[in-house]
Amino acid sequence: MANRKLGDARKGDALLVPIVAVLLGFVVGSVVVMITGKSPLVMFNAMLQGLTGLNVARGSFNPRYIGELVIQAMPIILTALCFGFAARTGLFNIGAEGQLMIGSLAATTVALLVKAPAFIHIPLVLVAGMAAGALWGAIPGYLKARFNVHEVVVTIMLNYVALHMNNLLILNVFGSFDKVKTAPFPQSALLKDPWLESITNGSRLNWGFIPVLIAIVVYWFVIEKTTFGYGLRAVGYNKDAAKYAGMKVNRNIVLSMMIAGAFAGLAGAVITTGTFNFGRALSAAEGYGFDGMAVALVGSNQALGILLAGLLFGMLKAAGPLMQSNGIPKEIGGIIQASIVLFVAMKYGLERLIAMLRLRRDKASSLPVTGEEAGV
Amino acid sequence: MAFIIEMLNIVKDFPGIRANDDVTLQVEKGSIHALLGENGAGKSTLMSILFGLYSPDGGSIRIRGETVRISDPNVANELGIGMVHQHFKLVHNFTVTENIILGLEPKKGPVLDIKSAAVKVAELSKLYGLDVDPFAKIEDISVSMQQRVEILKMLYRDAEILIFDEPTAVLTPQEIHELMGIMRRLVEEGKTILLITHKLKEIKAVADTCTVLRRGKLIGTVPVAGTSEASMAEMMVGREVSFSVDKGPSHPGEVVLDIKDLCVKNAKGLLGVKNLSLSVREGEILGLCGIDGNGQTELIQALTGLAPIESGSVTVRGVDITDLPVKQRLDSGLGHIPEDRHRHGLVLDFRLDENMVIHSYGSEPFSRHGILDYGAIRKNAERLIDEFDVRSGRGADTKARSMSGGNQQKAILAREIDRSPIAFVIAQPTRGLDVGAIEYIHKRIVAERDKGKAILLASLELDEILDVSDRIAVIYGGEIVGVVDADKTDENELGLMMSGSVRKAG
Repeated sequence: MANRKLGDARKGDALLVPIVAVLLGFVVGSVVVMITGKSPLVMFNAMLQGLTGLNVARGSFNPRYIGELVIQAMPIILTALCFGFAARTGLFNIGAEGQLMIGSLAATTVALLVKAPAFIHIPLVLVAGMAAGALWGAIPGYLKARFNVHEVVVTIMLNYVALHMNNLLILNVFGSFDKVKTAPFPQSALLKDPWLESITNGSRLNWGFIPVLIAIVVYWFVIEKTTFGYGLRAVGYNKDAAKYAGMKVNRNIVLSMMIAGAFAGLAGAVITTGTFNFGRALSAAEGYGFDGMAVALVGSNQALGILLAGLLFGMLKAAGPLMQSNGIPKEIGGIIQASIVLFVAMKYGLERLIAMLRLRRDKASSLPVTGEEAGV
Repeated sequence: MAFIIEMLNIVKDFPGIRANDDVTLQVEKGSIHALLGENGAGKSTLMSILFGLYSPDGGSIRIRGETVRISDPNVANELGIGMVHQHFKLVHNFTVTENIILGLEPKKGPVLDIKSAAVKVAELSKLYGLDVDPFAKIEDISVSMQQRVEILKMLYRDAEILIFDEPTAVLTPQEIHELMGIMRRLVEEGKTILLITHKLKEIKAVADTCTVLRRGKLIGTVPVAGTSEASMAEMMVGREVSFSVDKGPSHPGEVVLDIKDLCVKNAKGLLGVKNLSLSVREGEILGLCGIDGNGQTELIQALTGLAPIESGSVTVRGVDITDLPVKQRLDSGLGHIPEDRHRHGLVLDFRLDENMVIHSYGSEPFSRHGILDYGAIRKNAERLIDEFDVRSGRGADTKARSMSGGNQQKAILAREIDRSPIAFVIAQPTRGLDVGAIEYIHKRIVAERDKGKAILLASLELDEILDVSDRIAVIYGGEIVGVVDADKTDENELGLMMSGSVRKAG
């Protein structure tokens, strides 16, 4: 049909929708702030401060906010890479949360049980987290490939299994310190660094950002530049065509879930040895998985998009306390985040809107519309 | 003259494209009016406007002389306009009568009065010579009977104007003949018919007037009696078209593709192909014809590795490929142009250059050590685009989805011919394509034959089978009911074999 061609009418459209969605999200946030009787300017000032550390209203600068922004963005970028990688292969991986917890559990295990110098111990911790996440991702991948069990069902269930397995092992095997956490990790296993903390005025910034940046580059390279990524994308877009072309569709599904799981597992390791220095028992999932899905959605599953969307959402989270200290409910950040996701999900509607506006503009000069038909 | 339908100066825009550009269509009451045009010419858009599915951006519609605004299909129904869709909209486990009254159920008090409805259906069926059993279940009757149910549905609703959207695509020659008879009968009883088609032969056989569209524009309206097929084709395409496929005699050599006692299960788990044996020799085109759903799809998928083989064997130049995975079949010299180009042939969201290496991206020069070389991939695509005249908005950069059907098919053809297979399985190569593209694709297929390839050509278009093949195998109920030489047979003989009433040893 003729209107199928809508999708690639203009080259910049792929970027336009997320940008419009983000702007609309801020509009919604501003309206809500106004309803609570505050000025949206206070909100934007808090956000700018969360993003740059600059407080324009007071003319002060505090690098701690930048550190906190990065800390907030790191895990959700990784879970977004997790969701995005599977999505590019046509899989709906809701299991980032569980893969993250298992990664964190493995990182805890290696951090506590292995004795090694830091330059071995840290990589070992990260690799353990990735391997465990990959293994956890392999389960739904295999079930999908072998028995056509839907990955959504399996990953949701495995999230609960991961949560309770984590708690069981942390509390019973490693010996709980105070019923919620293990003994502290040795210094050699930690991504934490007093120097990074000091230059950011006491933020929780740690070396975790380096594996995150590497992960983003790896994600981009594997998907866009390798034959493996080509095969994954082909399977994701059109499984039948991939099969027709002789690709190993089932193998690709399993591998894709494993790599996705590795990204989430890395997130678990980075949180555990970066933000904290002990293994934690959790009362419930912390929402990194769902935040990651939102980031991947806004970032269109592209490496650069995920980085930017991750920073944006990290900023919204980091700005929460700042807003609260200015009398704006910190939940506004969540409202903006949710609105942005909602607007991105309305991608088709936004695209149509943009196309219609363009058409109207183009048409205004060329086609006279008679009064009777104009309203049709 | 009394026009029952007048669509005047219709304009319809879709984002980025003007589907109807100042189109005027005037249909006389009691006539069969054909609407001719290639795919994307705007026929369907125009009819959708008439049926209330789209609203026009300009122009006006008059029915029986009165200006109307058809805002949705219910308004169209009230105006007596009915549409027989290309894909039937029937409930399969309902009876004929139940389907016909759906949405318009007659009641006796609170109870459904199916009996009186059935009586009315039977009367209508008799009046128009449709010969439909009101109590038969849809799933038990043939496709052509289902189509008649669709027609009855319109008649039951007292439609006066009947739109037929490509009605013959799913019928055998005999059934097409019968449908033509029904259409004439409908007109005799005072109905008006709008026939959407791209088949000139049918227009010649049944229509009174023909309106031709090209790229959304009205080219002209001509009386069918005084216009030749060739000049209608020229109006449709915009240049002279040759209908006959230009090909010399075949020089068949050794058997290349050999199928022995093949059994394949269909989606229902039953045998869709039963003990089928066929052999295709080098330098010949073996046409496979049959009515849709008689095992062609199962056969092709089994040959190309997309469906498992139950029993029997397939060899390509002596190499047994029966149990090989797709990749190794392709490496053994099998080529495959799939039946469904959107489902199997292309990754629609990939660019054209990426689609061109869908088989070969893993080998040099397109990749080295697992890293893609986009330079080589691009160069390959540009070479094929050039050689096969594949037209697209942004060349190798174009998303396959945004290309026309003809150019998508040319791209697949280019890719597959370039692999230079020795045995070529080609299914439905011209489905839904316009005359120009069909001409080109036929020429290329014959050229492959002349290069000594063994070609199995499966098609639902009888003309295509007759024009392009050297020998023709007819499939019915999953079995080959006969193999005949293309120049010693005709539509009638094939039609009878396709319906299973005649068998012929070949």
